[in-house]
Amino acid sequence: MKHLTYLRYELLRTIRNRRFLIFSLTFPLILYLTVAGAHKNLSLDGISFPLYYLSGMAAWGSMTAVVSSGARIAQERSVGWTRQLRITPLRTSDYFIAKILSGYLMALFSIVVLALAGSIIGVRLSAVQWLTMLGLLLVGLIPFAILGILVGHLVSVDTLGPVIGGGTSLMALLGGAYGPLATGGVFLAVVKYLPSYWLVQAGKSALGGGNAWPAQAWIVLAVWSIVSARVAARVYRRDTARVQ
Amino acid sequence: MVTSESRTGGVVLSDLTKSYGEVQAVRGVTISIHPGETLALLGPNGAGKSTTIDMMLGLTRPDSGTVSLFGSSPAAAVQAGVVGGMLQTGSLLGYLSVRELVTMVASLYPHPLNVDEVLRLTGTTEIAERPTTKLSGGQTQRVRMAMALVADPELLVLDEPTAALDVEGRRDFWTAMRAVAARGKTVVFATHYLEEADAFADRIILMARGRIVADGPPTEIKARVGARTIRATLPGVDDTALSSLPGVMKADQRGDAFVLTCSDSASSDTALRALLLHYPQASDIEVRGAGLEEAFLDLTGDDGVESDEAPRP
Ligand SMILES: Nc1ncnc2c1ncn2[C@@H]1O[C@H](COP(=O)(O)OP(=O)(O)OP(=O)(O)O)[C@@H](O)[C@H]1O
Ligand SMILES: [Mg+2]
Repeated sequence: MKHLTYLRYELLRTIRNRRFLIFSLTFPLILYLTVAGAHKNLSLDGISFPLYYLSGMAAWGSMTAVVSSGARIAQERSVGWTRQLRITPLRTSDYFIAKILSGYLMALFSIVVLALAGSIIGVRLSAVQWLTMLGLLLVGLIPFAILGILVGHLVSVDTLGPVIGGGTSLMALLGGAYGPLATGGVFLAVVKYLPSYWLVQAGKSALGGGNAWPAQAWIVLAVWSIVSARVAARVYRRDTARVQ
Repeated sequence: MVTSESRTGGVVLSDLTKSYGEVQAVRGVTISIHPGETLALLGPNGAGKSTTIDMMLGLTRPDSGTVSLFGSSPAAAVQAGVVGGMLQTGSLLGYLSVRELVTMVASLYPHPLNVDEVLRLTGTTEIAERPTTKLSGGQTQRVRMAMALVADPELLVLDEPTAALDVEGRRDFWTAMRAVAARGKTVVFATHYLEEADAFADRIILMARGRIVADGPPTEIKARVGARTIRATLPGVDDTALSSLPGVMKADQRGDAFVLTCSDSASSDTALRALLLHYPQASDIEVRGAGLEEAFLDLTGDDGVESDEAPRP
């Protein structure tokens, strides 16, 4: 990243965008406090319900943050800002990196606030476990950050809201963010191919031992990342070759 | 790699063509611009000015032909920060103040100008702390101008920079541009206004329907498109007599009426005085400047048959 001032202003812009906070933090937080707060003593999927739900809401909120950040490219394209940037020395890769880092900043904020809420409700983890959970979430977000950039090149501004809202909610739902949809059988085998499943599992995996992410988690995340990056690169090239 | 020192070669566009489906937007444009030159691209709507500029900046890939900016490709020149521009359309990035936006753009270039200085030059100091999305059209245009200026590039490309500006805005703009040109920078701008091109450019290129129809110093171009015509009903007079009136370039007879063509407004004034003096019986007199479009069509000799647009009524 050559242009740090540019990055700084991108982060500032992200922080100033209130809508971001609503979807990536406010909604998950309210849901977490009401639902997990009401079932403190339940256990789910072999772990305490507040921990499961913490992981689920953090996955949903942070996923929304990184996807929305990349998807904002659609808006910048529609007003001609990307064309203006293309005649400056800013490299396209740096433009994308700034979008990804902005998304991660918001994701981090949402995860930290949810974790605080979790510890208030009664989630007890060691420092190592907290950091492991955070680390797994950040890694699990990689494919979503790339998908956000892809969405930013494919979707028009008018349909951006529904696509992001619907897409992330569906991913979160299937991944079990609102509660596991299945604990076995074909359905579980299928959703294990979704990156969101492993994102939701970050809480449980942080407990360590036999709960750690299996090789499948890493492979699924890597494949989703690589494939979306390939598609995004192709769409980007097609997009700049065509005249806007 | 281009550096600001290696300005040799200037800007060379060779035989550029670009079509959008059926529309041939640019059909064989060749321009060679010396470093330090100020060039106006003048032409009516749809002439191909923006398409030419977009190809010059590497935003649009030509169907054929090449662009060289100071000896390198547009992409390399842009990457090196020797090119800056203001596109015809585009709004500002939100969630920033005017000052923040200009600072952000400045930070992308190797040798930017001082931000406060540029805000002052463009008359945006008073609105510097305002959000970029809460500006009037003219204020937005001034900020776009600030973004182009702050880069302090060797080649500054401006597509209709003064559209949406009021009189004061235009004056401020050209004052700022004169300072840029005085520092030896190359400036290319597109415009619809002959007066603007004349007042500011060293050289004017006239474009119509994707082609260059004239290329020369402003005086020469003005003589070709700044023409005025005097139309008067004057039965029984010989056109050779009329064509010898002072200020008249040529006289054409149209039934009982005559059309006298004069090179500019000064000569049409002279001609009109002489006409009234010698032919007080002249009636139904009309003086008008030939519109740019008309002048272009004259120059191209285009009868509309091979044109992309419907023939004019
Ligand atoms: N993206 C596009 N798709 C299709 N046709 C286009 C596109 N861009 C330009 N054209 C066509 O190409 C021709 C030249 O357009 P261009 O924008 O270069 O003209 P211009 O000289 O800049 O006009 P103006 O003074 O109106 O800005 C026009 O006929 C226009 O309709
Ligand atoms: Mg144009």
